[in-house]
Amino acid sequence: MSLSEFYSGMRKGFPIALGYLPIAIAFGLLAKIVGLSIQSSILMSAVVFAGASQFIALNLLLAETNHWQIIFTVLIINLRHFLMSAFISQRINKKSRKLLPLLAFGITDETFSLISLNLHTNNNLSFVLGINLSAYIGWVAGTVIGVAVGKGLPVIVQTSMGIALYVMFIGLLIPGIKKSKEKLAVSLIAVGINSYLYWGPALISSLNKGWKIMITVVITCTLGSLIFKGVTNNE
Amino acid sequence: MNNLLGLIIGMAIVTYIPRFLPFILFSFKQMPSFFKRFLYFVPYAVLSALIFPEVLSATNNTSSALVGSTIALILALLEIDLSLVVIGGILGVYVSELLF
Repeated sequence: MSLSEFYSGMRKGFPIALGYLPIAIAFGLLAKIVGLSIQSSILMSAVVFAGASQFIALNLLLAETNHWQIIFTVLIINLRHFLMSAFISQRINKKSRKLLPLLAFGITDETFSLISLNLHTNNNLSFVLGINLSAYIGWVAGTVIGVAVGKGLPVIVQTSMGIALYVMFIGLLIPGIKKSKEKLAVSLIAVGINSYLYWGPALISSLNKGWKIMITVVITCTLGSLIFKGVTNNE
Repeated sequence: MNNLLGLIIGMAIVTYIPRFLPFILFSFKQMPSFFKRFLYFVPYAVLSALIFPEVLSATNNTSSALVGSTIALILALLEIDLSLVVIGGILGVYVSELLF
């Protein structure tokens, strides 16, 4: 462990914490409405640490869905993280192998985005753990605030902060696709496929977010690797 | 809701498996070059899919979402610090929600 790398990761992860906060507060509020105890709500955020899954679990609980069915749905939603962890597993510095299980726990769409685009300049495990911890604090603290305070942020603040994670994704994506026409092409293909999955036939658009992302990523990256055979892997 | 703890533990396990399994499967192996190229594009495909079209419904109305993301797009093209891109986007939405 390198403490300075760890702190630098924590600073890097700040935008994620900021983006998670209002969503986690909303989760805490909804959990209370669904009837979860304070302890259960906080425990769920602390051990599951997956936004979309937790919201869907609440909806299914409200509909009195069988618990095994909820668990299965959550598994499906999170299969996409397999691709993200596969990416990180190839590039992370494995000097502190013992900490890899801890690192894996912190992989979310948001931490992955930030980590993957920093790995070429910094593949230090402490740095990545710092990013993950920032995100985790934002998520758990937000949940605590939501269940304890019992009311959300002012509507306009909540709405404005709702854009935070999306603009972070934009901030991460643009510098990459600006410099590489392969990445730009791949990005446009992904947007096209994902838009079809959202606005296409009802059978497709009714799929959950996890499926949509996974389908988009698998098709896009397959096409990308078939079309652009010369991309370097040294980045 | 008597078995809520079981549900939470089950959810924790199934969210952890896809996150951790690749570290066991791929850490020590050389991958075929097709899969390497595939992975090379994963961050960009993931980011693009996360952004569009969901960003359009990230706020109360599409126009404030568009204002926020356009500001972010411009700031990102200038390659300024990520935190400023995020703050710029949030402020863009805040101001347009106040105005419209």
